[in-house]
Amino acid sequence: MDILSLFLETGFWLAMVRMATPLIFGTMGELICERAGVLNLGIEGIMAAGCMSGWTWVFLGGTLWGGVLFAACVGAALGLLHAVFTVHLGLSQHVTGLGITMLGVSLSSFVFRMVLPQVTTPPKIVPFAPLDIPVLSTLPFIGPVLFSQTALTLLAFILVGVTAYVLLRTPLGLALRMVGENPLAAEAQGLSVLGLRTGAVMVGSAFMAVGGAFLTLAAFDAFYIGMVNGRGWICIALVVFSSWKPGKALLGALLFAAFDAIQMRVQQQSISAIPYQFYLMLPYLCSILALITMSRKAAYPKALLVPFRKGER
Amino acid sequence: MRLEPRESVALGWQVGAPLLAVIIAMALCSGLILWAGASPLSAWGLLLKGALGSTFALTETLTRATPLIFTGLAVAVAFRAKLWNIGGEGQFYVGACMATWLGTGLITLPAWLMIPFLFLTGALAGGLFLLIPTWLKTQLKADEVVTTLLLNFVVLLVVNWLVFGPWKDPMAMGWPQAAPVIDQAMLPILVPKSSLHLGFILALACALLMWWMMRFTIWGFEIRAVGASLKASTFAGMPVRATIIRTALLSGGLAAMAGVSELCGVKGYLTLDLSPGFGYSGIVVAMLAALHPLGVVLSAIFIAVIYIGADSMSRAINISNYIADVTTAVCLLMVLLAMFLTRYRIRWK
Repeated sequence: MDILSLFLETGFWLAMVRMATPLIFGTMGELICERAGVLNLGIEGIMAAGCMSGWTWVFLGGTLWGGVLFAACVGAALGLLHAVFTVHLGLSQHVTGLGITMLGVSLSSFVFRMVLPQVTTPPKIVPFAPLDIPVLSTLPFIGPVLFSQTALTLLAFILVGVTAYVLLRTPLGLALRMVGENPLAAEAQGLSVLGLRTGAVMVGSAFMAVGGAFLTLAAFDAFYIGMVNGRGWICIALVVFSSWKPGKALLGALLFAAFDAIQMRVQQQSISAIPYQFYLMLPYLCSILALITMSRKAAYPKALLVPFRKGER
Repeated sequence: MRLEPRESVALGWQVGAPLLAVIIAMALCSGLILWAGASPLSAWGLLLKGALGSTFALTETLTRATPLIFTGLAVAVAFRAKLWNIGGEGQFYVGACMATWLGTGLITLPAWLMIPFLFLTGALAGGLFLLIPTWLKTQLKADEVVTTLLLNFVVLLVVNWLVFGPWKDPMAMGWPQAAPVIDQAMLPILVPKSSLHLGFILALACALLMWWMMRFTIWGFEIRAVGASLKASTFAGMPVRATIIRTALLSGGLAAMAGVSELCGVKGYLTLDLSPGFGYSGIVVAMLAALHPLGVVLSAIFIAVIYIGADSMSRAINISNYIADVTTAVCLLMVLLAMFLTRYRIRWK
């Protein structure tokens, strides 16, 4: 199979952007948390919770956007839990995050089983339909790739812009970054370190949950246990890869999704001797590789992982 | 609200804190049981009865606790040195794969040699496997949390390929599983008509050994020192890098021994569901034990009680057995909180 001809296909680019969407949400969410100085290892569980809660909302008769909003609220609630533990009490961000992940994953499986006790094949919902924007959707190439996606994909791109603007161009963003670099100085400026960090973790977690909801409300139409499948961890690697910059994070997510889309195509079309499991490994191996290439010169936010307690140095 | 460090912590608090955490966690999860329409007290009663109510139930619980002791110890020793090994699940399967490779006929030894041989080679493989992310951490500063986590997925895919491909047992009626290990490799059963096997004794021995090492040897001291302050131990001239490598070998080895023990003690052959997340549960086990090797034994038995008991509870009252996963997750969060309260007191002003 000729890989080069793949890049001429619109379908490939379309798939890439679609597959990048949950990663964009997740990476952006994690980036906001880390910029404020909090590592959020709860991401995998928060995405799972968003996945399940968004789907359940729609399954029980709610609207699609209601499902997205509900997922965001669930994500923010888990984020608040993470913030109370790590920001207010200064507990280990590693262990708390893993606890939140376990809680999110197990609770969503539990609730799913409680809502649908006797189901072997999960029922389906009507997911987001691809957009049909006048003029824009009919543009050659750009039209189908960007403007014929679902609304959530468009939202992801808009969020990257908004995040980049708020983080890098507004006083709020400056405060947030300061809290992640030098909380003592931020406090001397009269900023509330704990409040800003809590807010950042909640907003970031809401983003992650919407990324999870994308999986059940737009990419697929049903919920499966174990659906997130490590995407959260990949996002954490992507944040390091992007050097904590929103624009680069978007590029990273797209690049990553491109690899994923290529491996899927090659896997489908080739009758090569390589077993499909090795193709499925590529996303994880690529993430590790991405982490390795950037880690040496990575400029971590200075106060990442460092809890802030008033009057303590 | 102000947090104030406590000057000294009474021993009662240290022991009581995890207990308190467990009680609070169970109280919180009672909400879910109420939602399922059952009475929490009778549900927890059913859980205890299902896990401890008969000799058979008790042996089932101890069998389940065996891999958890190994993975709990693996996490405890690694976290002590602040080496965040979240890859227990992957190392578990590395151990199981090694035992499958060597134990299904490639090498035949008498049982008294075969069993130690498989445990040692499995542990070596698991330890070396953890060295990859550890090396990436010390040399290239790649965060080991992410690399160990991602490697879990890679290992599972390798196992998937092995049991569907080259290692698939032609005698297994098409099921994706590897050939069974030879009889000499199977661990002897301790209690007749139960599944409790020699692995449990080995796990206890490992716990004792780890406790002795951490408490009385220079290696243990170095591991604790590196975890307490990397800077200070470097400044004191300790072999920091060697200590981290040693910790990784120990941690990966212990997690891999869980895999060997499950393979040769319970199932006998490699499948994709050999571990229902033992590697991840090990984190809860270690945290509940406050990273104390002997405490790990108790907390592993406790977590095993929850899992074994939840199975019979979910059959008796109509509730999903994911309740066990939720309970352990809440336990983990609550124990963090309880540990915090032993170190700090909250002053409201």
